[in-house]
Amino acid sequence: MTMIVEASAVKPANLKADHLAQDQSTTTTVGEISSPNPRMVCRDINVWYNNNHAIKHVSLDIGKNEVIAMIGPSGCGKSTFLRCLNRMNDTIPAARVEGSITLDGQEIQDKGIDVVPLRARVGMVFQKPNPFPKSIYENIAYGPRIHGLTNSRAELDELVETSLQRAGLWKEVKDRLDAPGTGLSGGQQQRLCIARTLSVSPEVILMDEPCSALDPIATAIIEDLIDELRQQYTIAIVTHSMQQAARVSQRTAYFHLGDLVEVGTTDDIFNQPKHKLTEDYITGRFG
Amino acid sequence: MSPSLLLFIILAAMALAYHLGRKRAIGVAGGLKKINRLHSLPAYYGFYAALWVGLPTLLLLLFWAGLQDHILTALTLAELPAETMANLSEGQLSLLVSDIRNLASGNLMGREPSAEVEVAAAHYLRLQGIANITLWTLVGAMALAGMAWAWQRTTPSFRARNRVESIVMILLILFSSIAILTTLGILLSVLFESIRFFQKVPWTEFLFGTQWSPQIALRAEQVGASGAFGAIPLFTGTLLVSFIAMLLAVPVGLLSAVYLAEYAPRAVRTWAKPVLEILAGIPTVVYGFFAALTVAPFMRGLGESVGLDIASESALAAGLVMGIMIIPFVSSLSEDVINAVPQSLRDGSYALGATQSETIRRVIFPAALPGIVGGVLLAVSRAIGETMIVVMAAGLAANLTANPFESVTTVTVQIVTLLTGDQEFDSAKTLAAFALGLTLFVVTLILNVIALHIVRKYREQYD
Ligand SMILES: Nc1ncnc2c1ncn2[C@@H]1O[C@H](COP(=O)(O)OP(=O)(O)OP(=O)(O)O)[C@@H](O)[C@H]1O
Ligand SMILES: [Mg+2]
Repeated sequence: MTMIVEASAVKPANLKADHLAQDQSTTTTVGEISSPNPRMVCRDINVWYNNNHAIKHVSLDIGKNEVIAMIGPSGCGKSTFLRCLNRMNDTIPAARVEGSITLDGQEIQDKGIDVVPLRARVGMVFQKPNPFPKSIYENIAYGPRIHGLTNSRAELDELVETSLQRAGLWKEVKDRLDAPGTGLSGGQQQRLCIARTLSVSPEVILMDEPCSALDPIATAIIEDLIDELRQQYTIAIVTHSMQQAARVSQRTAYFHLGDLVEVGTTDDIFNQPKHKLTEDYITGRFG
Repeated sequence: MSPSLLLFIILAAMALAYHLGRKRAIGVAGGLKKINRLHSLPAYYGFYAALWVGLPTLLLLLFWAGLQDHILTALTLAELPAETMANLSEGQLSLLVSDIRNLASGNLMGREPSAEVEVAAAHYLRLQGIANITLWTLVGAMALAGMAWAWQRTTPSFRARNRVESIVMILLILFSSIAILTTLGILLSVLFESIRFFQKVPWTEFLFGTQWSPQIALRAEQVGASGAFGAIPLFTGTLLVSFIAMLLAVPVGLLSAVYLAEYAPRAVRTWAKPVLEILAGIPTVVYGFFAALTVAPFMRGLGESVGLDIASESALAAGLVMGIMIIPFVSSLSEDVINAVPQSLRDGSYALGATQSETIRRVIFPAALPGIVGGVLLAVSRAIGETMIVVMAAGLAANLTANPFESVTTVTVQIVTLLTGDQEFDSAKTLAAFALGLTLFVVTLILNVIALHIVRKYREQYD
């Protein structure tokens, strides 16, 4: 260990190589990481927050029209991995992402690539609801306005309504669309953010614990929505609820301390996990 | 036996009282092991005792220091022979008093004191000695009484902690009322002087008159004897200069704040911010001669070359330089506000495929607007109250004009010119300064109220 530190102090260029050397010891993923019909392909992803190695050599495919669930104990890097998929980690100065990620065969990690259209295609619902300090209506209309998705006010009205309806929020807010979005309850804000993401019809939707503040009824609505969206879209969802992962996903990936420990069909993961850590986690002996 | 020595002794007594109070509390409880029988921690009983020893004596000292001289002087003068007193004018009397005091303190220079003064000074000294002894005795007695009181109240059930809390609160109220009372005092004195002014000049003329030439005739038949006190040209001048300043400062300040907060790499930020802050640290008088000696001639030259007639002291030059002075206010306040917008809002916007400038325009800016408006209005108040630059660069001619190329004068400039030089204190000319000050104060107040209102309105909507 000391030797590595000294070497890197002398030759900073070796820093990365040292990281790699250190990481050889980490587990290799159990199960089938690739998908026959992939939408996004991630290979050997590493993420560092300063010197904290948060994602270690993760390779994973996200298939067309599938819902993939990411589970794992708190702090294991699920959100970090999700944020790689639409380059949201760019906004964190301390974060450094390495590896290859493609969307429909096109590399998105290249420095030259324009992240703005990428993010329009790969939408994201954040772990913490973050409504804009605008009215409910304007929160939803924001994306369509930017991208010029509608030609008239009537069309926009309709888009706002359908987005809110799909997120199961319409009934509660239809009489107060002009009220500030920040004045909604936590669960309502969460659905507002889901509706906001839906309004621009991204091809891939990344959902970071979208139901964490929802009651069972609202959760059921969102789960139905996810199932419905699967017909056209690709969805990656982070969840702490095993039942939810089992209900909505076709594949499940289990993360542990930055490693992708196991990935497989949801049935396999929950019924016959191959890795000891996965088994401990889903049977509740961990975390 | 100076007051500062006494002050020091009181502080020492407070420290002693703290220890005694604490010891006493521990004693009452029956030793350190049993202090949980006490309502409060022993230190609070100590504080309580210290406050009882310190506060009354300090208050006494304060009053004494304020009143001693007056009372002693009055007593000394009463001893002087009645016929001497009777022929003294007010000025001579105060001269006499200062002679007596100077002699008493042993630094009467130059003149040989008269016998009368010497007697009086001796009397004064004697009185001073008595007063000093009285003060020391009183302070000692009060300190002892305070200590005794605290000593006697120290029982296990005595709620010293709550008492100390309320005494501290009273102290805080006292100190905060100092600031409020000072403001009130300033306001009242300005108000009374203004009322005196409005007795001489009708307020309608002051507020609605368009002529400003504050001359008061020394002799009735003097030429141009009639003064005119219409303040409109001054206020339009102030508005014009401030408007030009804001026209420069708001866009430049705001845009540089956006750049610094959102776009600038860390390396740029580390040197650009201090440079902007240096701009804020330049004394206004330096800005003033920069305006008068550099910008104004440059403007005139520029005007000449395109066929415009720009006065050598123009509203434009003063306004531009004032704008430069205000840029750092606007930019640093706005930058703080923009930085305070949570990153999660930016993320939310980026995740919808918005560009950085769209995010700034549609999310960050509206969210930061209340703070920005507040900052801008603060800058406006500053512009309106700014004096030095306009004194040097805008001129003294009270022109009623909206033309920035002409010379204008402002409220603050006129206040300065009215009060500098030898003035009769009750002429309308001098009193006009107070009326101007009052009006300026009211205008700034209204501006601040509007600013608060806007800020609150947006806050209700968004938070
Ligand atoms: N902005 C950041 N700056 C520095 N370190 C971070 C940042 N975000 C996450 N980390 C670190 O990266 C690791 C993974 O965090 P991440 O948020 O991805 O976990 P998670 O699996 O989403 O956890 P949770 O289930 O609690 O949301 C943690 O150790 C965390 O401390
Ligand atoms: Mg997370």
